[in-house]
Amino acid sequence: MSKATDTDVQEDGLIESVSGPVVTAADLDARMNDVVYVGDEGLMGEVIEIEGSETTIQVYEETSGISPGQPVESTDAPLSVDLGPGMLDTIYDGVQRPLDVLEEQMDSAFLDRGVDAPGIDLEQTWEFTAEVEPGDEVEAGDIVGTVPETPSIDHKVMVPPDSEGGEVVRAESGEFDVEETIVKLDTGEEVSMHQEWPVREARPADEKQTPTTPLVSGQRILDGLFPLAKGGAAAIPGPFGSGKTVTQQQLAKWADADIVIYVGCGERGNEMTEVIDDFPELEDPTTGNALMDRTCLIANTSNMPVAARESCVYTGITIAEYFRDMGYDVALMADSTSRWAEAMREISARLEEMPGEEGYPAYLAARLSEFYERSGYFKNSNGTEGSVSVIGAVSPPGGDFSEPVTQNTLRIVKTFWALDADLAERRHFPAINWNESYSLYRDQLDPWFEENVNDEWSTTRQWAIDTLDEEDELQEIVQLVGKDALPEDQQLTLEVARYLREAWLQQDAFNDVDTYCEPAKTSGIVSAIKSFNDEAFDALDAGVPVEEITSVEALPRLNRIAVQEEWESYIEELEGDIAEQTRELY
Amino acid sequence: MQKEYKTITEISGPLVFAEVDEPIGYDEIVEIETPNGSIRRGQILETSSSAVAIQVFEGTSGIDKNSSVRFLGETLQMDLTEDLLGRVLSGAGDPIDGGPPIEPELQRPIVGSAINPYSREYPQEFIQTGVSAVDGMNTLIRGQKLPLFSASGLPHNDLALQVARQATVPEEGDGDDGDDTEFAVIFAAMGITQEEANEFMDDFERTGALERSVVFMNLADDPAVERIVTPRLALTTAEYLAFEQDYHVLTIMTDMTNYCEALREIGAAREEVPGRRGYPGYMYTDLASLYERAGRIKGQEGSITQLPILTMPSEDITHPIPDLTGYITEGQIIVDGALNSQGVEPPVDVLPSLSRLMDDGIGEGFTREDHGDVADQLYAAYAEGNDLRDLVNIVGREALSERDNRYLDFADRFEEEFIQQGFDTNREIEGTLSIGWDLLSMLPPEELNRVDEEFIETYYREDERAEVEAEA
Ligand SMILES: Nc1ncnc2c1ncn2[C@@H]1O[C@H](COP(=O)(O)OP(=O)(O)OP(=O)(O)O)[C@@H](O)[C@H]1O
Ligand SMILES: [Mg+2]
Repeated sequence: MSKATDTDVQEDGLIESVSGPVVTAADLDARMNDVVYVGDEGLMGEVIEIEGSETTIQVYEETSGISPGQPVESTDAPLSVDLGPGMLDTIYDGVQRPLDVLEEQMDSAFLDRGVDAPGIDLEQTWEFTAEVEPGDEVEAGDIVGTVPETPSIDHKVMVPPDSEGGEVVRAESGEFDVEETIVKLDTGEEVSMHQEWPVREARPADEKQTPTTPLVSGQRILDGLFPLAKGGAAAIPGPFGSGKTVTQQQLAKWADADIVIYVGCGERGNEMTEVIDDFPELEDPTTGNALMDRTCLIANTSNMPVAARESCVYTGITIAEYFRDMGYDVALMADSTSRWAEAMREISARLEEMPGEEGYPAYLAARLSEFYERSGYFKNSNGTEGSVSVIGAVSPPGGDFSEPVTQNTLRIVKTFWALDADLAERRHFPAINWNESYSLYRDQLDPWFEENVNDEWSTTRQWAIDTLDEEDELQEIVQLVGKDALPEDQQLTLEVARYLREAWLQQDAFNDVDTYCEPAKTSGIVSAIKSFNDEAFDALDAGVPVEEITSVEALPRLNRIAVQEEWESYIEELEGDIAEQTRELY
Repeated sequence: MQKEYKTITEISGPLVFAEVDEPIGYDEIVEIETPNGSIRRGQILETSSSAVAIQVFEGTSGIDKNSSVRFLGETLQMDLTEDLLGRVLSGAGDPIDGGPPIEPELQRPIVGSAINPYSREYPQEFIQTGVSAVDGMNTLIRGQKLPLFSASGLPHNDLALQVARQATVPEEGDGDDGDDTEFAVIFAAMGITQEEANEFMDDFERTGALERSVVFMNLADDPAVERIVTPRLALTTAEYLAFEQDYHVLTIMTDMTNYCEALREIGAAREEVPGRRGYPGYMYTDLASLYERAGRIKGQEGSITQLPILTMPSEDITHPIPDLTGYITEGQIIVDGALNSQGVEPPVDVLPSLSRLMDDGIGEGFTREDHGDVADQLYAAYAEGNDLRDLVNIVGREALSERDNRYLDFADRFEEEFIQQGFDTNREIEGTLSIGWDLLSMLPPEELNRVDEEFIETYYREDERAEVEAEA
């Protein structure tokens, strides 16, 4: 959001009271959700309640030292983001101020107040290629030309969604800054590369489709057992230290989205720094370009103002929708939605609203579903198709999933990746519990996997699920009597399941090879374990004792497939060795 | 110069409410003078054109409606100078060591400002603490915030002191002046007992660490509300030393539980809607405003490493205090009651412990190439052995397979040899890793599926294995 682009600021109110991030003002002429500037330093705020002559404002910056009697000015515009080329490879705060620009303007590593900067550089020029000509009819949303924004992404310049449309009378290719007119319509409307859109309002799209393509994540347990669709929504709840952030970052790195919006909402500063450091160095597995070229970061760390934490997820999703409108597949990660919910709770408490469950405002569920509803696979009005996939981390107090944020989220999302403290403690990563997690997209995505990866995708998966289920039941018995008391075939099942867990489900995010696993490899590993399973049960039927089978020398190599770059030949050789050595036993 | 008000309308717990007829800034400092002349300091929690709510740091007892109120027109500042090193201050920042008054070079507001995430430098330098449970399994990194989760009666202070004494950053090259790698220590005590305070002070004096320390003391019998400012004074000092004077600062804050109790007390006095177990709904944000004041900044020499200590009420890690802390800090070290009764020193339970910055700060060029793999494998093996302990209680050792028995032995030896070391032993990282390999070599090499085959080749101890086999 930018003061820089709003000119008609008028002074109209006076501060009545200050309590943390909440300020009230008298005689302010403003509408709900309008952006206002508060106090002598002009701190940015948003109107969140109007009652009689009193207006309540949440302030996006620290309010220390602000006193009653200071002025409040309204911009007469709702909280909006600046949209246009220049958003990728950028890190913003919760109200879309670029953090590098803030560093420069404040000349300090510490965030000061009262400094504003537009969300996109208004001076930078871009090479625009027009795709319409005079005489063409265009409507709202139509693409009028493109700009090579980064090596990965061509930015599509669109007629703003609120335009009436018309006939093109002028369209020019060339170097322009974002404010210059590049297309002119017969209605007199001038289209530039710069748009604004209010963050709390979804950008219009034609219709939501049923998604049938997976968002391939390169994470075995996700692609293999609990896949997310492009345009789907997933929640990843878990106690602290269980792997929410690592999983989100893995998705941001390896998911086959065109655009990634990563929202660090009320979490650690260093985690954002890590992304800023890592992403320019990493290659997008599909395009080979730097990952940062497709990424936009939004950072409101836990110690940044709480009101801006409330708004940062909206800033993120609005930018996501904008790229969706261009026909891109966008993935948005929000880490953590619980901090967003807590920000709502904190503001609501200051407003002395009637608290709902655990002090959260009664509108918590509504806000969550409004947010997740903005995900989806859409047919855009300009004829393109684009998607917004949303992956929200949830941080339940005490790791207890029965709390309101987790529960309300689960009512909306169709993919649930349940992180488990026990697994994390034993360093089984990703610590996603395979018994509790689910994906309701599984069936609608199977055809894609069967066509593109392996035609036995769903049968092999079912075998793996059955084996893991059986292990779960057997473990309960083992806890009482020990493993050796089980019949031999069950002992063998336990051994097979152990390989499923260790060689397939576990995946080390920090290993250069293992960090990304293409679906074919995911399928290859599970097939290798299954072929061991089949050999092993044949041997057992032939009377070979279970210890001998499980001591087959080649077996531990199953655990090494994950780190092989040349996994295809490795698996082939290994399957051969396992078969040979097992058959030698009888 | 400032106007005096005798307009107190209400006194409630640590809060005072007063009427005003001029605008008073949010967060600004207030002085209240009681009829007998004693002066209390406080801070504005809420302000409107006609009234203010004041939180009084030194307690409200003795304040009455005739007390006078002065508004100082500024927010709370810390007096800063390098000469603070070697000084002992009260929890409110006043010298209590009989030394000369502080002559500030500059002042900074104690609430601090957030570090721009773009300006941070990702922490990656390994700190050798000489404690295997930390160095080997939960490595501390310069600029990290890594709390000790403990419980009353456990030796967390001994561990914190051991870390403070032994912490060095192995420099590349010969590094003959060990000076650069030494830490300045900021010690913030909140509501701890005199006895505990002595433990720290004696150690600081004995080792000469005091010279490189700044101590802030709010003891159990000092005002509770003061605990809200103590860590902020300490962290403002830490930021000054780290980012304006290039020190590597180690900040020990104890006991965060007392800090949170003070927060709860203020919340209750304001009649706020309480969050979980009576703690304020904004406790996460408040704690983050302390813990996030750690780290490194691009282009700056210094750093702030935080070692907060908290005692978990009834050793419950899901209690809001450890829970919210764990959600903010970059891991946690768990001091465990059961291990302590077994006499393990330090009694660190590594399984629920975690250092999130470890992965990027260890390995080739930092510690040793095999470090990550060794730690992973030790974790997995210890977790497995530990699980079997329950079972063995039911079915007995004989009913277990040879493999299981080996894991059980592993878990025992891991506690007795790797974790156990005493509070005075300083182990080099090489030593820690070599004990790790001794233990891993109890297991057949093909069980070591977390370790790269190359490292097994180099470090696996056939002799250890032979010994174990012979015993079996
Ligand atoms: N896939 C993985 N591979 C290897 N290590 C992992 C993986 N996932 C998690 N970890 C380990 O677990 C640690 C904690 O993970 P992470 O920071 O993602 O937790 P979190 O759930 O986001 O916690 P918080 O709620 O406190 O932010 C990491 O630092 C890393 O050591
Ligand atoms: Mg996290």
